[in-house]
Amino acid sequence: MRGPHRRGRFGEFGGRFVPEALVPACEELEAAFAVAWADPTFRARLDDLLEHYGGRPTPVTECGRLGERLGIRLLLKREDLAHTGSHKLNNVIGQALLAERMGKRRLIAETGAGQHGVAAATAAALLGLECLVYMGAVDVERQGLNVFRMELLGAQVRAVDSGSRTLKDAINEALRDWVATVETTHYCIGSVMGPHPYPYMVREFQRVIGDEARAQCYEMLGFDPDVVVACVGGGSNAAGTFAGFVDTHARLVGVEAAGGAAMSNGVAGVVHGMRSRFLQDEAGQILEAQSISAGLDYPGIGPEHAHLGTVGRAEYPSAGDSEVLAAFRLLAETEGIIPALEPAHGLAWIIREAGKSIPEGSAVLLTLSGRGDKDVALVRKLMQ
Amino acid sequence: MTAGTTPVPGVLEKALRDRRDAGRKLLIAYVTGGLGRDWVEIVRAIAAAGADAIEIGIPFSDPVMDGPVIQRASAEALHSGATPFGIISTLARADAGVPLAVMTYYNIMFRAGHRRMARTLADAGVSGAIVPDLPLDELDGWGEEADSAGIETVLLVAPTTPDRRLRAICARSRGFVYGVGVMGVTGERQSLGATALTVAARCKEETDIPVVIGVGISNPEQARDVVAVADGVVVGSALVHRILEGAGPDGAAGFVAELRAAIDL
Ligand SMILES: Cc1ncc(COP(=O)(O)O)c(C=O)c1O
Repeated sequence: MRGPHRRGRFGEFGGRFVPEALVPACEELEAAFAVAWADPTFRARLDDLLEHYGGRPTPVTECGRLGERLGIRLLLKREDLAHTGSHKLNNVIGQALLAERMGKRRLIAETGAGQHGVAAATAAALLGLECLVYMGAVDVERQGLNVFRMELLGAQVRAVDSGSRTLKDAINEALRDWVATVETTHYCIGSVMGPHPYPYMVREFQRVIGDEARAQCYEMLGFDPDVVVACVGGGSNAAGTFAGFVDTHARLVGVEAAGGAAMSNGVAGVVHGMRSRFLQDEAGQILEAQSISAGLDYPGIGPEHAHLGTVGRAEYPSAGDSEVLAAFRLLAETEGIIPALEPAHGLAWIIREAGKSIPEGSAVLLTLSGRGDKDVALVRKLMQ
Repeated sequence: MTAGTTPVPGVLEKALRDRRDAGRKLLIAYVTGGLGRDWVEIVRAIAAAGADAIEIGIPFSDPVMDGPVIQRASAEALHSGATPFGIISTLARADAGVPLAVMTYYNIMFRAGHRRMARTLADAGVSGAIVPDLPLDELDGWGEEADSAGIETVLLVAPTTPDRRLRAICARSRGFVYGVGVMGVTGERQSLGATALTVAARCKEETDIPVVIGVGISNPEQARDVVAVADGVVVGSALVHRILEGAGPDGAAGFVAELRAAIDL
């Protein structure tokens, strides 16, 4: 995928809609990222940490039993096996190194499921940075174990009690913090969202998923997959995955939660620093997303996805809670892998479409963006 | 508008300039639109008590530049059914006697449509618009429609704004220049620190249009300190806080009168 156009635009989407106080910091970050990304020393340090600390490259696993059942070849890109249990580490290691380069020793982050918060806390511990994580009060409750993890890692977690008390409000609160502390603080955004350069920068930090998977799939299959699937909250694991396949013939599919389907049900708007698509009412008030998966509980989507969907290069269907739970259980039973609820959305879509819009015998790659440990307590409750 | 041409001052800028040039310090008060049944009476009362212009907040679900007080006021107004066009049509009948500017977030403008919003504001007799998440670089679409409808778009300068950018912002701002006095979101502060005066002085050096400092100014003493350098002050959270506590038109007017007295000294 290409870089954004003038002023951080992907087509009509993107941009930098932030309070004046933050404009210089976004410009500084844009410049620092451009220099670092072209600097072999920075890249070598990042690659080294991703390999020896993060456990990269993550494998691609072919699911024989489940694939047979569905009549397709099903491959999983195993981000669940990366350190901290999700793809989020790829991005935070990059941003933490960048913060260090910019002389900013305090990180703030928002988190939904807690995976980005845990990853940010981890990177902060690794580099000796201070870390404060904003998390909606609802999410603090449903992802209690991750709160404790962040605290063990030396981060402070602040529950956000405003608005819908989920991810969108955690982002609001992190932005408010940043407006006051921007001179000493780096806002480590957890997905391909926010003002330019975040959507572009986070996608570049996550493209390691797609670049690795492209080579791994080719080695296993002898050709590129026919369908490439990832779940979409803000869209970082999907953007990183798609980056590796956008120039192939693969059908690119980003699966949203039915209750947070910004592509199906949202309209163009400007929130959280970016022009994209958002669930909103007639007046422009943002609506609350609703999903069993805290990581997909976001009423918007990253601007590059809004663009890819608009021009038709990728498609963005959604999956509902009950088919997601069924997919979650099926992967555990047939393959011995307990997925996070987020990528279980991708699997639910594959199960629904196999033999329909996914022709029999197709090779399908799903990015398994995280492991399910954080969700088992919730799933247990839902099953009872 | 090409750079370098000086636009004819609009209603808001002219009113503020005239008063400033007559030696008066400017007081702009902020009220959340749709908050409580008597919000329009409050607008009239504070105009009568000495506000030179009034900012009307159009509540937004995700106000990232606002602290707890205005967040709460916005949530209460939304909860009681406030809508952008409902508030604007109420303003058309407000008859406050001083210029009005709306303050809201860009999604409200974007969703309504730039032209529709700008013309509706103009038809309602509103003079200005303040959109804190629409910085200079992203102004285009809204800015053009606002200019052609005669709506003055007030731009903000932050303590972190570098000199060159500050110059460009002052040149593009209409109505007045809104200097953000502290690093942070709206809300009351015990003390302002030096930034408010520094921002005011930097803007005053660049431009002749009125320079007004807002965010954090919470009491008459702080207001008086700031107008030693700035042309005026915006007081928001400190007033809304009183309105939320049930001050009503009389209580709000009383507080504005105190502020007025302090800056008139
Ligand atoms: C495992 C996992 N997958 C996906 C997501 C969604 O984020 P994104 O869409 O940015 O990949 C999250 C977010 O918390 C997550 O924890």
